[in-house]
Amino acid sequence: RGNAFPLSSSRYLLCASGDFVKMYSLATEETLRLMGGHADLVTGIQLNPHNRMQLYSSSLDGSIKLWDFMDGIPIKTFTVGSKLLALYTPASFEDSVFAVIPKSGERDTFQLVSIKLTKAAGQDLEAKELSVVLDDVDVSPKRIAFGREGEYVASVKEVNLQVYFFKRKQLNRFSVSAVKTKSGNNHFTCIACHPKEDCIATGHADGKIRLWRNFYHKKEYTFSTLHWHHDAVMDLAFSIEGTNLLSGGVESVLVLWHNESDCQKDFLPRLGSAIEYISMSPDGALCCTLHTDNRITIINSNLRFSKSIQGLIKSTDVKTGLVVDPRTKALVLNGEPGHLQFYCLQSDQQLFSLDIVQRQYIHQAGLSQADLVKVAFGAQGKWLATVEEREDVTDPELQLKLWCYDDKTQSFKLNTRINMPHDGHITDLCFRDMDESEEDSLILVTAGRDCVFKVWVMVEDTDPDAQQSVSWSCDFVGSYHNYQATNCCFSEDGSLLAVSFEETVTVWDSVTWDLKCTFCHPPGKIRSICFGRLTCSKYLIGATDYGFLCCWNLLTCALEWSAYLNVLVLQPDPLSEHIAAVSWLSKESSLFVFKPNEPRPIYIQRNLCKEKIQLAAFVPRDEPETIGSEKHCWLRRSQLFFLTDMQELMTLSTKSLEERLTASSKQLAVEESLPMTPFSLLLGKHRHQQSQEDLDLGKLVAHNTHEQDSPAVKELLHTPAHVLPSASFLCPVFINSLLISKNNKSAEEVDDEVEMESEKTEDDSDEERDVTEMEQEDTNPMELLGEVTYKLSKSQEKELRKIRKMDYSWISAF
Amino acid sequence: MATYKPVVVPAFPKLGEKITQDTLYWRGYKTPVQIKEFGAVNKIDFSPVPPYNYAVTASSRIHIYGRYSQEPIKTFSRFKDAAYCATYRDDGNLLVAGSEEGSIRLFDISGRAPLRQFDGHTKAVHVVGFLSDKYRIFSGGDDYSSSLWDIPSATEIVSYSEHTDYVRCGCASKVNADVFITGSYDHTVKLFDARTKSSVMTIEHGQPVESVLLFPSGGLLVSAGGRYVKVWDVLKGGQLLVSLKNHHKTVTCLCLNSSGQRLLSGSLDRHVKIYSTTSYKIVHSFNYATSILSLAMSPQDETIVVGMTNGVLNVKHRKPEESKEKSGKKRQPTYRTYVKGRTYMPKQEDFCVSKPVKRVLRKYDKLLKSFQSSKALDAVLEPPIRLYTPEVTVAVMQELHRRGTLRSALAGRDEKQINLLLTFVARRVIEPRFTPVLVTVADMITDIYQPVVGQSAIVDRQFLRLQEAVGKEIDYQEELLEVLGMMDTLFATFTTKKSTYLEENQSNGLTETIETNRNN
Repeated sequence: RGNAFPLSSSRYLLCASGDFVKMYSLATEETLRLMGGHADLVTGIQLNPHNRMQLYSSSLDGSIKLWDFMDGIPIKTFTVGSKLLALYTPASFEDSVFAVIPKSGERDTFQLVSIKLTKAAGQDLEAKELSVVLDDVDVSPKRIAFGREGEYVASVKEVNLQVYFFKRKQLNRFSVSAVKTKSGNNHFTCIACHPKEDCIATGHADGKIRLWRNFYHKKEYTFSTLHWHHDAVMDLAFSIEGTNLLSGGVESVLVLWHNESDCQKDFLPRLGSAIEYISMSPDGALCCTLHTDNRITIINSNLRFSKSIQGLIKSTDVKTGLVVDPRTKALVLNGEPGHLQFYCLQSDQQLFSLDIVQRQYIHQAGLSQADLVKVAFGAQGKWLATVEEREDVTDPELQLKLWCYDDKTQSFKLNTRINMPHDGHITDLCFRDMDESEEDSLILVTAGRDCVFKVWVMVEDTDPDAQQSVSWSCDFVGSYHNYQATNCCFSEDGSLLAVSFEETVTVWDSVTWDLKCTFCHPPGKIRSICFGRLTCSKYLIGATDYGFLCCWNLLTCALEWSAYLNVLVLQPDPLSEHIAAVSWLSKESSLFVFKPNEPRPIYIQRNLCKEKIQLAAFVPRDEPETIGSEKHCWLRRSQLFFLTDMQELMTLSTKSLEERLTASSKQLAVEESLPMTPFSLLLGKHRHQQSQEDLDLGKLVAHNTHEQDSPAVKELLHTPAHVLPSASFLCPVFINSLLISKNNKSAEEVDDEVEMESEKTEDDSDEERDVTEMEQEDTNPMELLGEVTYKLSKSQEKELRKIRKMDYSWISAF
Repeated sequence: MATYKPVVVPAFPKLGEKITQDTLYWRGYKTPVQIKEFGAVNKIDFSPVPPYNYAVTASSRIHIYGRYSQEPIKTFSRFKDAAYCATYRDDGNLLVAGSEEGSIRLFDISGRAPLRQFDGHTKAVHVVGFLSDKYRIFSGGDDYSSSLWDIPSATEIVSYSEHTDYVRCGCASKVNADVFITGSYDHTVKLFDARTKSSVMTIEHGQPVESVLLFPSGGLLVSAGGRYVKVWDVLKGGQLLVSLKNHHKTVTCLCLNSSGQRLLSGSLDRHVKIYSTTSYKIVHSFNYATSILSLAMSPQDETIVVGMTNGVLNVKHRKPEESKEKSGKKRQPTYRTYVKGRTYMPKQEDFCVSKPVKRVLRKYDKLLKSFQSSKALDAVLEPPIRLYTPEVTVAVMQELHRRGTLRSALAGRDEKQINLLLTFVARRVIEPRFTPVLVTVADMITDIYQPVVGQSAIVDRQFLRLQEAVGKEIDYQEELLEVLGMMDTLFATFTTKKSTYLEENQSNGLTETIETNRNN
């Protein structure tokens, strides 16, 4: 959902992202402001040509909003009524803007209309004065452009170019002959108008750029062709003075054409991924490109790479699965082609991107290139195993790479590379996760389609002159009746290895590599397997193709229970005995959480989402969260994340809606508004249980008071330094916030003392006084309570005291 | 923004012998000089003083050779029967030798007639040597006795008759003038102290002891007998440190290099093995034409002399160290130019402009960077790359294939270039590490140039060569499969475990690819 984004001055960058408009600082690449208010996707943003500090945004919800983006407040909202698909604000039109709307009554035809914006006072206005300018235009905002000083508007669709002159009210149509060549047809893909001259540049699907002149005449028009791109031209932009033309495409090369001539051009190659949008800053000093992989690159005017803003890279297919790096707790998945991205969930940032394939990626359609298919981390994150594969009919390439974490450089270093570890596709790999840091106990198992699983062990190199002391080599090859190995999994203590061969699960001793026993549940192939953990480590869970979830007891070698459930994802929590199973039942995904020792799930969430869930991962929390509700206690130690086949990352939250909004609305906003990968938070549908609230009332109140004083600090810590007021201004606020919390504490301490001595001498803050007043007022209950408390434990005492405090505030309201 | 990533040339593990510092060092000896003696060479001993002449005992003569002389510079031939174990004294002036008739003779290096003769052994004396005080001689004979002799008076000081079989080897301690050891065919090594009446220590070797050696420190003792070389800790009362079984015939001689870091053992199996004395692992080994009886290294490790059973003396000299002057000939810039500007410390107000580090790309990488496939292929077909680093050529071919431009890079070449390509492919296609890529290349070449077959004799010949190479490889693989099958049956009779699936599969796959190629 990337959108065009104008650059405002050379300090800020504005970008439409989902339902929001984001403002980034160019100096620090941080998100400064998030402007939300539209109810649907934002389709276009344009600076107000008459006031550089204002911004128009249009959305599918049929409204245009005018923002003051420096303060992030909406000034006006114009309701248009129909869906708005693109927005243009040429400078020469005083009070109207242009937008693309669907033609009423017809499907898939769109028209460009001019919308008169009334100057009336008030926030919410109606803008119903629409006049059609051009009929039959394309949806894409890149295919309409306004000419010099708003004299004409040009639009392209398929092989037709139409230019409408506002003054003469004349419409000229031109078309190029539809030619199909090897590299594609010559449909128009984008258009840009020269800012000073009468010249239109159009990009074509076959990689050509045409420069049109003399288009006042229907017959005597001329055009010249520039050709460098081998694939479709994705976007074009003229520099502010019109001397240069920028173009970009799938090749991920930004081309700068000087003076519209074919021979003079400069390149900025290897920008990472295909260029979708190009835009120039109003002062012409910077240029930025938006890429298909959710990245914005900022480029200097002398065509030097300057900065990039990177979100979660959305790759077309997450083959690696969701893996959690034990070291950084970051989510690890496919990033750029051939790279592994480490994505920090807390800060919504890409921590780093590890180049696994280490080969030049050729941006060319239809080329099969090596990509990452499997990733596994060893215990403590010291070792990383990756599998890269190139699908090719004649000679497929397959490489297993083992990376060792280097503490000195703080990154992974290639240790061993194994060519063709299996004769076929590798279906699964796993490390033996031992808690002890014994190096030699680390074992890697790979399962392949060539009907074997292989065990890899570390070998110490005896030669002292060798560059590295350890390397990996194959130790054991196991097979079972020539069936394809599909999954492998180690038990928690590492003594057993389970490998599934099509319909059968085999269990192997990891010391002697003897086959211990086999399980199967016909019919249906095994889709995934996992061992139970902690108290349930004697169970082995398997999910089959025909919709059965089976649990085998490893001690009796018998089926413990089975359930009819079409399980797509089976994910054990590494920190508890819970196992999450995501099933796909008639167009909706459901989540079941269960313990292997009992067949009844402890948590069911029906209708999790409409899409198929592809992957899931448990991410350990930094500190166990206190969760009151029994239903959610399985989320105490770790958090569950899902990835759907629409490449949306979701999580399950335990807090109820209102609590979230009051206490951490800020956090919520940030989490919800990831660019392009809407981090859809599943706001739990469970009502906050009233009775439970009553029970924990004291605790909650205490929590809230803490929350109340934290925003100042929070803001201080979260805003970038350069936008903060001077330190001298902030200092008192900050110190005050600290003081209050300390006072609270001392109040409590004094509270204790008061209870014992019924006397207060030292402190004089307001709050303190209140507390003591309360003490004096409610002497009776206090005495009563005091008597009780002597018999109660300390923690209960504290609780009671809190309740008392609470009581007082409630009284004072009267 | 990413920079261009050069083509990764995959490194393949080197099979066979690993090149270590040791192999390089031990290979630094010239091709041996062969000298024919009259009989089996039973002892070689280097003079401890320059110019490091060496005494070779063979048959009834003792020859003394200079460092580079092919002819003996001196001969002692006053023996009626075989002479044994001619050994230099520490100062290099005296030489002592035992003999078959039982007498021990002491020679002056400059003289000819023996200075002293010690009679007392009733049978052949196979081992004699000086104690480190220079005035006494120890000896061991086939009469099972070991004796100590005084040089000035030519009398026997003491005689020990503790061995129960022939005494065939011995060695004196360099640290203590009273201590010497003898090894015997009764499987024991005994340590004697001249001050006591009986042996101080007895070590059970387990096989007839052929050779013993004391480390310069005197703390470690090495004994060789049977196929074993054993190292004992004398100070711990004769505890076995390590037992080495690397020869497949009797080990006959031992020797230390000058630093004591390496132990050499010669054996009847025609090998000299070199061990590291820290890890006791073999670091190198030499191969000789016949069984080895004796072995010695010169004090500066300049020369290794090996004596064989057939009387051939094999002398290896170390190559002179290559002087580094040649490379130093190019005049370096003067020191002043070199340090110019480098010592300047930037001041606080200075604005430092760092120069971007320029990455040097290989020629083929430059061409690949600019998508010039044909030229990149040309670049890696240049003689030095093609001949010495074929893996680079193959890696670039693979990269081109990955980019989908290999076919166009291979196409449109003239006779000479096709000849070159086909020669390369035919030569390398059978190497397992290149096979997958080169089979594809060969496939494409045959496809592209099929229409022009028959127009050029040179190209036709190359195609035939390619066919021949592939055919040979197929025959070879078939043979290997047969051998594997035979081995499988053999293994099946021995063990019940089955673990040979993998190898079979691999070789099958290889044959298949080659067969598909031939079909094309």
